[in-house]
Amino acid sequence: MCLAIPAKVLSIKDDSADVESFGVIKTVNVSLVPDVKIGNYVIVHAGFAIQIIDENEAEITQGYWKQYFNEND
Amino acid sequence: MTNITNIINNKMLDNIITQINKLSKKLFDKKEQYNFTNSKNITNIKNITKDKAIQNNNFSFNIMEVCGTHTMAIAKYGISQLLPKNINLISGPGCPVCVTSINDIDKIIEITNKYNVTIFTFGDMMKVPGSNSSFSQQKSIGKKIIICYSPLDAFEYAKNNPRENVIFIAIGFETTAPLTAVLLNKIYNENIKNLFIYSTHKIIPPALEALLNDENINIKAFLLPGHVSAIIGLNPYKFIAKKYNIPAVISGFEPESILKSILMILKSYVNNNPDILIEYNSIVKIEGNPTAQQKINQVFEITDSDWRGIGKIPKSGLDLKKEFSNFDAKVIFKIDPIISKEPPGCECGNILKGIKSPLNCKYFGKLCNPSNPIGPCMVSSEGACAAYFKYLT
Amino acid sequence: MNDKKILLSYGDGGQKTTDLINNLFLKHLKNDILLKLEDSAVVNCPSNKIAFTTDSFVVNPLFFPGGDIGKLSICGTINDLVTSGCQPVALSLALIIEEGFKYKDLEKIIVSIKNTLQLTSCKIGIVTGDTKVVEKGNADGLFINTSGIGYIINDLNISPFNIKEGDDIIINGTIAEHGIAILSTRKEFNFKTNIISDCAPLDKLVFDMLSVSKNIHALKDATRGGLARVLIELSAASNLEFEIFEEDIPIQREVKGICQFLGLDPLYVANEGKIVAFVSQQESQKVLEVMRKNELGKNAKIIGKVRNCKDTPKNAPKNTPKVYVITKLGTKRILNLHYSEQLPRIC
Repeated sequence: MCLAIPAKVLSIKDDSADVESFGVIKTVNVSLVPDVKIGNYVIVHAGFAIQIIDENEAEITQGYWKQYFNEND
Repeated sequence: MTNITNIINNKMLDNIITQINKLSKKLFDKKEQYNFTNSKNITNIKNITKDKAIQNNNFSFNIMEVCGTHTMAIAKYGISQLLPKNINLISGPGCPVCVTSINDIDKIIEITNKYNVTIFTFGDMMKVPGSNSSFSQQKSIGKKIIICYSPLDAFEYAKNNPRENVIFIAIGFETTAPLTAVLLNKIYNENIKNLFIYSTHKIIPPALEALLNDENINIKAFLLPGHVSAIIGLNPYKFIAKKYNIPAVISGFEPESILKSILMILKSYVNNNPDILIEYNSIVKIEGNPTAQQKINQVFEITDSDWRGIGKIPKSGLDLKKEFSNFDAKVIFKIDPIISKEPPGCECGNILKGIKSPLNCKYFGKLCNPSNPIGPCMVSSEGACAAYFKYLT
Repeated sequence: MNDKKILLSYGDGGQKTTDLINNLFLKHLKNDILLKLEDSAVVNCPSNKIAFTTDSFVVNPLFFPGGDIGKLSICGTINDLVTSGCQPVALSLALIIEEGFKYKDLEKIIVSIKNTLQLTSCKIGIVTGDTKVVEKGNADGLFINTSGIGYIINDLNISPFNIKEGDDIIINGTIAEHGIAILSTRKEFNFKTNIISDCAPLDKLVFDMLSVSKNIHALKDATRGGLARVLIELSAASNLEFEIFEEDIPIQREVKGICQFLGLDPLYVANEGKIVAFVSQQESQKVLEVMRKNELGKNAKIIGKVRNCKDTPKNAPKNTPKVYVITKLGTKRILNLHYSEQLPRIC
């Protein structure tokens, strides 16, 4: 079983979304986060997004999480 | 605790906290590039732990972590090396593969012997020893057992192979249970007739209470699992502070988060204000994930459950509700009762309860290793013994 | 013609076999020695101290991002020769083909072998070979064995026994790409990625390194078992401690992410174009500079140091591996060989 990983939502269709993490694109199920929008960051576990990441909190307390994404620092 | 002991402990703790504060400040200061590979900084960290006040052997503070991923992160980053000697990080039953009862494993194996089924399971379960066999051994004698990364893999397979009876082995805590619930919804909505679920899901809070009630264990605080808490939120843990006066922090998985959570625990203890706090607040909300909780409640009912090594914990398991019996592998694929037998001398139970460290098990590293595991703690990627073997021997 | 398949008759030594040899093998791989088609190839070798290596390749799938079984079979054998400080001289190529294998796929693989050989310093190439065809179901497409001979250059003595305390540990580039490229093709790991295998012949890079330093004490290419396996084996053989700085190990962000996604430790994931060198401290900068001028060494980095036994308990048996990884926190952990990645058929 694998760690849950942060990923950025690129597109959404029904209960699936394409998400990107470390430059890798994967398709995940988003039934558990019905309010998710494109551009949100989500945490992914076993093929499912289980929660939307609160970016403000992430920035303040865990600045290092941005290393997961292709953003320029 | 007498008043004098309180004073001594608090003073020592104040010292510890000041020192860890200094360390954490540097870790979280974005401006300072804290270059840990610089040997001067390594010396600084080592000096923190040499403080005489901290070295007093009479005082020990046991923090139990109950998440396999924390176990691995703590081992991989050597967090204990940074802490004073009398702050102990103890690994608890946070590895769902480790706590799946041997009886369930034997039953699933018996199902593969008696029926023509295709099993989908997470990779970790393959080598977990049952009384006489394992999934891996069953596969080697021709039983169809497929490793999956997600419950949806079982769904796709069942759809594409309608003539096969497929059973998804649903293990995991509250992080994974909602996924099984979504799977069940899909089976129901899309009228899939050949996919069944064998649930061995368990929930964490009752296990925490069982540990707190165990006289053999002396826990002063909990490091709580990040992703289970993302689902269930804060409230299910409140009893830890209210009833047992113990602080607990829901922690993220980066080593910086774990250190910070330890700091929060110590501060809470010293201020005599045991509370449940959230360090992992980018993911964990006080209310958790209501959608996921609702899905769990819709599909599962809470039952007594057998935790391997610990025993029966009341109201700690999740079984499919009666109305979903048609999809319940336990109901559909009936087998005779099985009497299960643990390997003699296996210490997994004591290790899961935090009473013994893997290093105290006489089989550790000798008869029991990842290639030839005797108990589940060595097999699972989140097991304490696996973590110790990989990183700490 | 596109649908042409390899049949059992292609391997039975008759006309079909001759056609296959002429139209496929000789067409792409010919050289003076191979053209003779003798039972044994006779090769001139400047030294009577000959290095000899063999490897079999059962990779699945046969074609993967960044390469194929043909390229792999050449790189694997060339790299094995070169890590002993050898000039590769000649290779053999033996194929076991499953009945029904597509002719055009076989041709692709032979062309890939030719193209890979042209990247190496082995001027002669394939001097002898063998082809067998087995019934359907008995070979999973294609299995290849390559063997190679070479000679040790200039009395070089490159061996783990020469590793010295104080040596710098250098790697030529980013790790874990071959394993991840293979995994990305397997259905059970469904993710999209741009990662390609790092499969490459390292001989020219190694000769560049050897040309600037006589104090490269040991060389090893990291294949199955990853960088970790090389470090553990060499630590055991040399009976010295290695200290590796985790943050200094070159790794692509995408590879790091996939490994985290899948719960893999990149240190243990397979490579096919990575070499680890143990170089005396005084010459490591020189060696790094020359490596970085080569495409295959442009990300070369010092990742650690050799030291005498500080952390290992005195009563540990001789030749236990002693590789310590320093994490970003400055804490230490030990690398252990028992941990297996459960990735079958990656090379």
